[in-house]
Amino acid sequence: MNIVNLVAEKGAALVPMPTQIKAAHLLYKAKTKLGIYTEFPEFVEAPIPDVSTLAIEDIDVSNPFLYRQNRWESYFKRLRDECPVHYQKNSAFGPFWSVTRYEDILFVDKNHKLFSSEPFIVIGKAPDELAVEMFIAMDPPKHDVQRRAVQGVVAPKNLKEMEGLIRERTRDVLDKLPLDAPFNWVEDVSIELTSRMLATLLDFPYENRRKLVYWSDLAGGGAESTGGLNDSDELFRGMVDMSRHFSRLWHEKKARAAAGEEPGFDLITLLQSNDDTRDLINRPLEFLGNLALLIVGGNDTTRNSMTGGVFALNRFPDEFTKLKSDPSLITNMVSEIIRWQTPLAHMRRVATQDVELNGQTIKKGDKVVMWYASGNRDERAIDQPEQFIIDRKNARNHLSFGFGVHRCMGNRLAELQLRILWEELLARFDKIEVIGEPEYVQSNFVRGYSKMMVQLSAKPSEA
Amino acid sequence: MGSITFIEHHGAEHAVEIETGKSLMQIAMDNGVPGIDADCGGEAACGTCHVIVDGNWISATGKAGDEELQMLDMTPDRAPTSRLACQIIATDAMDGLVAHLPEFQM
Ligand code: HEM
Ligand code: FES
Repeated sequence: MNIVNLVAEKGAALVPMPTQIKAAHLLYKAKTKLGIYTEFPEFVEAPIPDVSTLAIEDIDVSNPFLYRQNRWESYFKRLRDECPVHYQKNSAFGPFWSVTRYEDILFVDKNHKLFSSEPFIVIGKAPDELAVEMFIAMDPPKHDVQRRAVQGVVAPKNLKEMEGLIRERTRDVLDKLPLDAPFNWVEDVSIELTSRMLATLLDFPYENRRKLVYWSDLAGGGAESTGGLNDSDELFRGMVDMSRHFSRLWHEKKARAAAGEEPGFDLITLLQSNDDTRDLINRPLEFLGNLALLIVGGNDTTRNSMTGGVFALNRFPDEFTKLKSDPSLITNMVSEIIRWQTPLAHMRRVATQDVELNGQTIKKGDKVVMWYASGNRDERAIDQPEQFIIDRKNARNHLSFGFGVHRCMGNRLAELQLRILWEELLARFDKIEVIGEPEYVQSNFVRGYSKMMVQLSAKPSEA
Repeated sequence: MGSITFIEHHGAEHAVEIETGKSLMQIAMDNGVPGIDADCGGEAACGTCHVIVDGNWISATGKAGDEELQMLDMTPDRAPTSRLACQIIATDAMDGLVAHLPEFQM
């Protein structure tokens, strides 16, 4: 029993959320001092050896520098070819199975009865005290009920209402970019646009939109969960701040609705106008979990697809020429960008019984990691997978959004935002040049860029 | 050779020839019927080949199985005769079948 749950059950409505999380933080600190928790060691970057020098059992794809050092393709290729369901028994995250081929990943993702999403969907763990309730880490039937309550906000019908606003906000960002001078694309475009999109989704106070990005970066970036850089103290402080803002948002929204404001298309309005969720605020863990999941889910995934698309078109310049001569390829290209980038490298499951998979026996209770990044490069399922081809046939058939009951809820929103971005970019710029090499995030989960310098040239004006 | 008709949400009709042994999803894709995405390529794992089988034709196609219901449960525009088109294998007995396409796939 963790303290947040305890407090929540005994008197959720009485104890404000920020206080609950503070209490959890104190408990966490106490346990660490008493040695009940050991501090998780920081990862120190060292050169990763060529995969051909390793014995198969020594291959450890949980290394958070694999992507940054550009070793991931050769490592996963060796696993796909020689040992597609692979056991690593002493990683920093404990023993785990890697599932690396497209077909096998589909099998695991589809069979939620054999492979549970509880308690976490990343390779490591978050402090127990922070186990807010997110349906991405729940099995049916609980998962289905919660997902249904919020899904409407990103359903295509609602997106049609939001499209105009997203486009307007995208144009505004692009119109302010410098011409013929390098700037950091990650900061000025990808992060800015994503924060605007998330603020639109929640109707979150616009001037505070960067907070949404900050909180979700915190939530996904711990050493213990994904090999990242963030520390737990900062995480707890961030979550206190987040719960404070979200509960305020809820109450203000309610007051505005009571005062006769037109209902919006945002998540809070949706929750408050549905009988099942109009009192969600009284179930704080669920409330926080659902809001947090939306911003975490939509944050670095979309951001890194925005950066990844520009990077891919620079690595494959013929494709940029193709795109400029036929902008109707944008929709197909968006799927190809999402495949090529694969913003989330993995999702993990726990086997609920012994399972045979591709010649290996996975034991009940074992950790099973589906490596989408590898499945999307599986030459058995995808033709010339390492190539970026904007008019690829069946480009939609990729693993980046997962499959089965947990398939990404925000996939249509992500595609919409990327399509708008590319439509507006092509309307304005002739060249979008990456200057130098991008810098990469430290993580075995997020495949992302921390910095990428870009220089734009305007389209010649039509005389 | 019989035919199947897909009707888009706004009313456009597409009559296509039955190819027995193929799924309705595949037949729709092969004939360029718009409104089906089929993101998982026919594995009952994405829910984006949702169709609503017209009235009595559900007896010819059969009802959705458990695996299929899991995915259908989360699609918008869900109806009592909803099916995943990739899980319906065409037979000659489906000559004349009508399947409605939802407004959106998700
Ligand atoms: C390119 C962008 C995105 C990628 C690559 C991505 C990827 C994923 C993946 C891999 C999963 C888990 C699938 C599985 O377990 O089978 C997922 C789930 C989810 N995503 Fe996304 N995502 C993206 C954008 C978004 C956006 C924009 C939102 C919302 C605003 C979002 C919200 C969610 C939610 C709520 C879930 C949990 C679904 C469930 O458990 O039923 N995602 N996403
Ligand atoms: S094509 Fe994915 S469920 Fe039918």
